[in-house]
Amino acid sequence: MSTAEITTLADAVAGLVHDGATIALEGFTHLIPYAAGHEILRQGRAGLTLVRMTPDVIYDQMIGAGAADRMIFSWGGNPGVGSLHRFRDAVEHGFPRPLALEEHSHAGMATRYVAAASGLPFGVLRGYLGTDLPRYSPDIALLACPFTGETLTAVRALHPDVTVVHAQQADRRGNVGIWGIPGVQKEAVLAARRSIVTVEEVVDSLDSRCTVVLPSWVVTAVAAVPHGAHPSYAHDYYDRDNRFYAAWDAISRDRDTFADWLRRHVLDTDDFGEHLQLLAETTAGRA
Amino acid sequence: MIPNGQVRPTADEVMTVVAARQLGDGDVCFVGIGLPSLAANLARCLHAPNAVLIYESGTIGAKPSRPPLSIGDGELAATADAVVGVPEIFAYWLQAGRIDVGFLGAAQIDRFGNINTTVVGDYLRPTVRLPGAGGAPEIASSARQTIVILRQSRRTFVDRLDFRTSVGHLDGGDSRQALGMPGGGPTLVITDLGVLRPDPVSREFVLVAVHPDVGPVQAVEATGWPLKVAPDLAVTESPTVAELRELRELRSLGALA
Repeated sequence: MSTAEITTLADAVAGLVHDGATIALEGFTHLIPYAAGHEILRQGRAGLTLVRMTPDVIYDQMIGAGAADRMIFSWGGNPGVGSLHRFRDAVEHGFPRPLALEEHSHAGMATRYVAAASGLPFGVLRGYLGTDLPRYSPDIALLACPFTGETLTAVRALHPDVTVVHAQQADRRGNVGIWGIPGVQKEAVLAARRSIVTVEEVVDSLDSRCTVVLPSWVVTAVAAVPHGAHPSYAHDYYDRDNRFYAAWDAISRDRDTFADWLRRHVLDTDDFGEHLQLLAETTAGRA
Repeated sequence: MIPNGQVRPTADEVMTVVAARQLGDGDVCFVGIGLPSLAANLARCLHAPNAVLIYESGTIGAKPSRPPLSIGDGELAATADAVVGVPEIFAYWLQAGRIDVGFLGAAQIDRFGNINTTVVGDYLRPTVRLPGAGGAPEIASSARQTIVILRQSRRTFVDRLDFRTSVGHLDGGDSRQALGMPGGGPTLVITDLGVLRPDPVSREFVLVAVHPDVGPVQAVEATGWPLKVAPDLAVTESPTVAELRELRELRSLGALA
């Protein structure tokens, strides 16, 4: 048993996220690990397989940057706003590079994480029947229930090389605490071979509001990154920056506008703190 | 007085109000983002204060004071009766049959209420890549009934789907049941032109009502298959002053307003 190392985000990414890796940056509207996504881009990782139930703006940025070859997902959009334009450009026009897709339903993706977290080769659900989804995925198969004979659907366990999540707190031993919408973070961390958790703050003891606790010994690295989920949110720390999500539509629609934004706001910054500082100074900044 | 000085409802407003009217007080409703969420919250403000709104982010019994922008906005969690993880919301709550009504949107629908939210064009070389399945396939299979809300045109009401993301009445007749789907399937399609219901035997969707100022010909021409029109075609009751006022107030409170 080894416990989580409390380190910097830059060191955690340098040590754990390699070119060609299968990585899951999970978060369901809440606690999306934007700072970690940016650090992966700053360090120039390439050939990644991106895993996530709800790829949103951070994956749009990573796809537009050309960091990904493949995506495993169930719903890719900018919720309440519209399309992910970089994602669409990659799929529709192969720009800046083609993006292979493997797609599922939300229930299927969740079941795949649960199976992996449970150490099972597959999970079972009542799903996909009659849809076209199984035709394009090698990881969906039908099976008969051994007790009733009912036709059910099996989905293969999904083991990311690295899962990255954001949380409100870690204590000084590296135990991680989350409250608010828990999403699929616990399952995604337990499904992965290694994990990085960015947190709002490192505290002496976890807040009693925590409803999900990841013990230090199932986490590989912890790094404090205040506001590290912006423009997503951290319950009881800061609200979702809906204005940024709306502004992203115009930034991402045009290839050059996006490339310029990415360079100035991410690639040319030293860290997420500088990124947030820059955003605060622009109209597309935080509400 | 109706806010904004506009008395006549827009087509989208009629669609939202008609959708809201379908939700009964006490119904357990699985809500998608956008128009379905607006309709469900409108119903909660009007005739269904006890409707239970479940968002796929894991918020059960959410009571937002303004329409959320995303399915996981903080206010949903802060006002919910319970907040659970994503695997749980799909397994214990949806798959196990605890949902009365699921509202779904779609990019394409066919005559049997099957829907496409994946691609326009060929799957491997799409002209338009859409967001994908999300929670829709299991809502479509497990909710006791689903209501589909979308604008009606030859682009959206197609003879043949480019991709079947979620199953309605499959190939019609009893083919859905034969597949072993636990839920009842789509009972209603609400568009900006009218309302469609499935024929009880063939399960093909039939135009049963048109909205005020819309003729059946307009609906037929906006459909990519030979749309059948019910002999007793009704006209939708116009949104009331109270309905419109509440809807406009809700919208003015929206996250981006």
